[in-house]
Amino acid sequence: MATLLAPEDFSPGEDAMALKKAFKGWGTDEKTIIWILGHRNADQRKQIRLAYQEIYLEDLIKKLKYELSGDFERAVCHWILDPVEREAVLAYEAIIKNYRSDYRVILETALTKSAEELLTVKRTYQFLYKRSLEEDVASHTAGDMRKFLVAVVSVYRYEGEEIEEEVAHSEANILGDEIQGGGGGALKGAEEIIRILSTRSRAQLLATFNYYKQIHGTSITKSLDGDPADEFSEALRAAIQCIKNPKRYLQKVVRNSINRVGTEEDALSRVIVTRAEKDLKEMKDVYLEKTGRSLDDAVASETTGDYKAFLLTLLGNQDYF
Amino acid sequence: MALSHEFQALTKSFSGVRVANAPFIIGFPDLHFGGFGVDEKSMISVLGKWHKDDIKSYRKESPHFVQDDRLFEKWLDLHVAFLKREFLRLKNAVVLWTMHPWERDARLIKEALIDGPQAYGVIIEVACTRSSEELLGARRAYHSLFDHSIEEDVAYHINDSHRKLLVGLVSSYRHERPKVHEEIVKSEAKILFAAIKNADKKNPIEDEEVVRIVTTRGKPHLKAIFKHYKEINEDLHDDESILAKTMQCLCTPQTYFSKVLDASLRQGADENTKEALTRVIVTRADEEDMKEIKEEYHKQHGVSLSKKIDDVVNGNFKDFLLALIARGD
Repeated sequence: MATLLAPEDFSPGEDAMALKKAFKGWGTDEKTIIWILGHRNADQRKQIRLAYQEIYLEDLIKKLKYELSGDFERAVCHWILDPVEREAVLAYEAIIKNYRSDYRVILETALTKSAEELLTVKRTYQFLYKRSLEEDVASHTAGDMRKFLVAVVSVYRYEGEEIEEEVAHSEANILGDEIQGGGGGALKGAEEIIRILSTRSRAQLLATFNYYKQIHGTSITKSLDGDPADEFSEALRAAIQCIKNPKRYLQKVVRNSINRVGTEEDALSRVIVTRAEKDLKEMKDVYLEKTGRSLDDAVASETTGDYKAFLLTLLGNQDYF
Repeated sequence: MALSHEFQALTKSFSGVRVANAPFIIGFPDLHFGGFGVDEKSMISVLGKWHKDDIKSYRKESPHFVQDDRLFEKWLDLHVAFLKREFLRLKNAVVLWTMHPWERDARLIKEALIDGPQAYGVIIEVACTRSSEELLGARRAYHSLFDHSIEEDVAYHINDSHRKLLVGLVSSYRHERPKVHEEIVKSEAKILFAAIKNADKKNPIEDEEVVRIVTTRGKPHLKAIFKHYKEINEDLHDDESILAKTMQCLCTPQTYFSKVLDASLRQGADENTKEALTRVIVTRADEEDMKEIKEEYHKQHGVSLSKKIDDVVNGNFKDFLLALIARGD
C-alpha cells in the first residue's frame, strides 16, 4: 500500500503559481515545495509540470535543480518525475555518474519489475539518452560483473508458473558446484551462475533455490555470504534476494542505508521515492518487525532539515506542518 | 510406347539429376540427387498417359530403382525419402509464408537449436537481420509457443564458445538512432580489428569487448564501424568466421542473404544449406530488402535471382518462390 497522502481535489495551475512564489525572492520556501509536491501523485505532478511550463515558459525540474541543493534537491527532482522516466534516470545516474557503476541500482531496475515494465523502462531510456541501457551498462562495467549486469538487464523473462523439476534439481547442483567448488570461499566459475540467474523464469528459479537448500543444507544466499569486498558475489546475493522477494529486498536496502556509518542518502531516497506510491507501507511494517523501531523514527533521527521533512512527508507523516 | 525424352523428363521432374559433383551415396555411384521441388505438371502428363509396360520399362532403366533378388524392381528407400522431402518443400514454404512473422522467427530459432551447431547461422541471421521490435516480437511468440524464453533455451543448449555471442545476440534490444559518435566508432573498430588479427591465439567471439560491441551497439553505429574497418583494413566480406557472418548480418544483410541464396542454389548443397532458399525468400519477401537482395545477387553472380531459380527449381514450389520474389516489383 502507498504511504503518499494526496488530495483528490487539486488545481495544477494554483500549485504551479504557489511553487513559483516559493522560488521568488531571497532563498527558497522549501516548506511550500514539500507541502505541495510531497502530497501529489504521479498524475498530479505531471499536470503541475505542464501547467508550470505553460504559465511560466520554464521547465519546473530545471528550476528546482537551480533553487535546491544536496540530498533534498536530488530527492525532489527524482520524485517529481513520472515513475517510468524516473527508473530510466536513476539507472543512467547509477551507470554514468559514479566513477564505478552502482550495481545495486541496475539490479533493482531489472529485477523488481515484470518483463513488460522493464521493457518500458528500456524504451524510455533509449528515448532520453539516445543509447540503449544495455550498451551503457556494458561499456561502463567489465568482467563477470559486466556479463551479469548486461544479461540481467537484457533478458525478456518468461513469466509462466511452469516448473521443470529435473532442470531445477540439476541447476541447483550446478550452482552448488560453482559456488562452493572454488575453495576458500571463492567462486569456481561464474558462467553457469550468470546463465541460470539471468535467463530462467522466476518460478523456475524459486524452485531451483529450494532444491539448493535441500541438497546443500544451506540457502544459496548464505553460501554466497562471504567477503563484502567481493563485489561480484555481493551482486549475486543481492540479485537472488531480489528475485526471491523484491519488497523484502528493498526494505533491506533501506535498513542498510540507515545502519551504515553516515546514512546512505541516495539509497534511502531512492527506495522511499520509488515506493511511496506503491508499497512503502508494507516495507514500513517489515522494518518495524525487523528492527523494533518505526522507519519514520529512524529517518527522523538519522536525517536533517528539508531532506528529512520531505522524506517524512512521503512516508505519510503530517506532523511536520 | 514411352519415349526416351519422356524418361528424362520424368527423372528430372522427380528432381533427380545427373551431375558430376552431386552428393555421393555409397553403393550407388550413379545416383545423384539435386534440384528443388517436383515438377508436378510433367509428372502428371507423363505418368498419366503411360501404360503399365511404360512404367515397367522406366523402373528397369531408372537409377531410382534397384533390382531385387526376388525379381522385381523396387524403389530405393533413399530416393523415396528424398522425394518426400522435395514434395514437402512447397507445403513448408506456404505454411511458413502464412505464419505471423513472430511465430516464424520463434520456430526458426527453435528448430535451429534442435539442429545443432550447423544451424547456428540461422540463429545469428534471425537475431541480427530483424529490427529491434521484430526480434522482440519473436521473443514474445517464443514465450507463448514453448513456455521458455529464447535466452534460456539458447544459453542452455549451446555450451561451446558460441554461447556468449549467441545469447547476447538474441537478447539484444538495440537503439536505432542514426547519429553516431565518431570517436567511439574509431576506437571500437580498432578493438575489433585487433581481435580479428589475434584470431589464431584467441577466438574473437570469446573476447569480452568484441561481444560487448557486437551485442549491445545499435546498427547505425555498427555500420559505421564496419565502414571504418574497411578503411583501415580489408573488409570482412570474404571471411567465413562467425564474427564476420554476424557483422555482415548486422551491417550489410543484403550481401549476407545474397551469399546464402547462392550457396543454397549450388549443385551438391546439403539440406541445411538448401533450406535457406525457402527461409530467406519467405522471410524477406515483404521486407524492403528483397529488392536490394535481388540487386546484390545480380551484381555478385551476373544472373538474376529469378533466372537462377527458374533453372534450378521445379514445379509449383518454383512458381511460389518466383511469385514471392516478384512482389513489389
